[in-house]
Amino acid sequence: MSALELILRAASSLAMLLVLPLLVGQTEHKVMAHMQGRLGPMYAGAYHGWAQLVADGVKFVQKEDLVPAAADKRVFRLAPMLAMVPYLLALAAIPLHPGYAAVEAPASLVFVMAATSIGVLGTLMAGWASANKYALIGALRSAAQLLAYELPMILAVASVALAAGTLSLGGIVEAWSPWWLLWQLPGAFVFLTAAVAELQRPPFDMPIADSEIVFGPYTEYTGLRFALFLLSEYAGIVLFSLLFAVLFLGGWRGPLDDWLGWAWTFGKGFLIALILIWLRVSWPRLREDQLQRLAWLWLIPIALLQLAITAVGVVL
Amino acid sequence: MSTTPAPTELTVGVGAGGLATADMVLNIGPQHPATHGVLRLKIVVDGERIISADPIIGYMHRGAEKLFEVRDYRQIIVLANRHDWLSAFSNELGVVLGVESMLGMEVPVRAVWARTLLAELNRVLNHLMFLGSYPLELGAITPVFYAFREREELQQVMEEISGGRMHYMFNRVGGLKDDLPQGWLGRVEDAIAAVRGRMPDLESLIVGNEILAARTRGVGVLPPALAHAYGVSGPIARASGVDVDLRRDAPYLAYDELFADGGPGRVVLRSAGDCQARLEVLLEQTHVSLDLAQACVEQLGTLPRGLVNVKLPKVLKVPEGDLYTATENPLGFNGYYLVSTGEKTPHRLKLRSASFNNVQVLSRVLPGCLIADMVAILGSMFFVVGDVDK
Repeated sequence: MSALELILRAASSLAMLLVLPLLVGQTEHKVMAHMQGRLGPMYAGAYHGWAQLVADGVKFVQKEDLVPAAADKRVFRLAPMLAMVPYLLALAAIPLHPGYAAVEAPASLVFVMAATSIGVLGTLMAGWASANKYALIGALRSAAQLLAYELPMILAVASVALAAGTLSLGGIVEAWSPWWLLWQLPGAFVFLTAAVAELQRPPFDMPIADSEIVFGPYTEYTGLRFALFLLSEYAGIVLFSLLFAVLFLGGWRGPLDDWLGWAWTFGKGFLIALILIWLRVSWPRLREDQLQRLAWLWLIPIALLQLAITAVGVVL
Repeated sequence: MSTTPAPTELTVGVGAGGLATADMVLNIGPQHPATHGVLRLKIVVDGERIISADPIIGYMHRGAEKLFEVRDYRQIIVLANRHDWLSAFSNELGVVLGVESMLGMEVPVRAVWARTLLAELNRVLNHLMFLGSYPLELGAITPVFYAFREREELQQVMEEISGGRMHYMFNRVGGLKDDLPQGWLGRVEDAIAAVRGRMPDLESLIVGNEILAARTRGVGVLPPALAHAYGVSGPIARASGVDVDLRRDAPYLAYDELFADGGPGRVVLRSAGDCQARLEVLLEQTHVSLDLAQACVEQLGTLPRGLVNVKLPKVLKVPEGDLYTATENPLGFNGYYLVSTGEKTPHRLKLRSASFNNVQVLSRVLPGCLIADMVAILGSMFFVVGDVDK
């Protein structure tokens, strides 16, 4: 791999991280608004507020970077980076088009799952280092939440890997067939639920529940560092939507996928992102113990059942 | 729920004795998104479990009762409609009803029905506010927009008649400020029909939702005995099965006719006493109030045109004596104890507001709950901080 190619690949995955979350964020602004009988942003950028998030970014940059006096300052400053960088790494390994991913790793599925599970550390560090009671409660909630979603998610992903007989994301897409939509349906449901919990999005947004614990681990953050947390949330949506599309919806597979493979990947991912937005608009928040109940009584048994079904299917 | 559980010690880790746990004091408010204003709750938590809770009030105390004493009866109405800013019209009513009965004044029948209509519309406005804000506290961000769309519909007719959107200032001693505008009753009827037609949208988002049911069912149970002990009233008491509603039990305005047998008025009751019951009472009361408002519109349509107020003397003096006047405000009993020495200002005007009593009971209901439940309970007590602090 030449140096030029390396730079090109790195730059393109960074661009993806910076552009796609904004796209999802803007979609959320507008879709949510219309579902609620509002218009959403209309002024920034003149045409239907398309530049709203750019304007928000400019605003965040100008804000004072506050670090509470009692905070563990180094950890406090580091936390937003730790929340975002894993998503950047994971996003780079997602195959977008036949033979195209910014990083081609042999067992890319393992790499992606490993990278995403680091992200929650950022939230924990932020909550602990803030020296704020609300932040601490939020951080502990997100730690508790971790127990609920990590296992079902891994089990659901294992089922797909088993079905495809490979740990490479590209290989999974190659092995995918429309019949999987039915075969892997329970696993897909578990994966999506666990993804919402990992993203801390409604109905599983207990760690940041604004009406209970103000803003959880992000309570003390301002300016650019706060924006990084927001960016990482939306980067997470992009990542999990694309991952869902790759694992369960056949990624780039579709008519004319030699040319339009990338469009299929993005299109399917966008559809999943819309579902995540829709969930936020229509549902209230669960309680932390109710999520645990859901995870241990429903998600894990379903995921195990899926694993068994997949095994039977593979053997036959 | 009323007994405070002993703090549980959670042993974490292995080795020599584990880690000690300490209780944490958490100040919810006075600036906190769940307290709708400046209520402060001092809670002691063990992990997320609440051990004790103290409502600390008074951050918005404006000395309303003292201010009443240096104003004449016309000016008092302006102040009196402000403590519970979501029930302004109903707050005005208590003052004017008390003064009128001490004066022995006969209010024109047209004004009585118009007041009843406006009081019920005010009740719907108040309830819609809470039907929107309560789900918001549980993390559902959409119902509030649905609720406010309906509020807007009703606020338009209220604004048309009074010029105000919150503080209507439409009552006068002896009646109302003005007669109803031409065609206004028709517009009220349209507004009621529109709100009625769209209520199912809001309802399906609230009571039709499994998560909302999971968050509210069995949470924050208020036993009837505790409701009695703390003087809890209004929809919160009725959700605990306390069958009291001043519109039926001590009728004022035209309520004796509306709550008579075969009339549209009925008292909404639930027995569970949990957050879900309180929400359901509010929802059903909204429907009942819309029915009552519709009945008032029909009655007003049949009344002959005529005066809506009584000509008052230049200086209005209330004869010596005292009188307690209570009305069923949207949030509960609202009472004014008026003591007059025959001057143009009251000697004393004591205000008994609904939220003040309703909030006190939090210290008994909250212990034993989780922080997440605290928000669910706090929201379901349907209080207005101004009504607490006066």
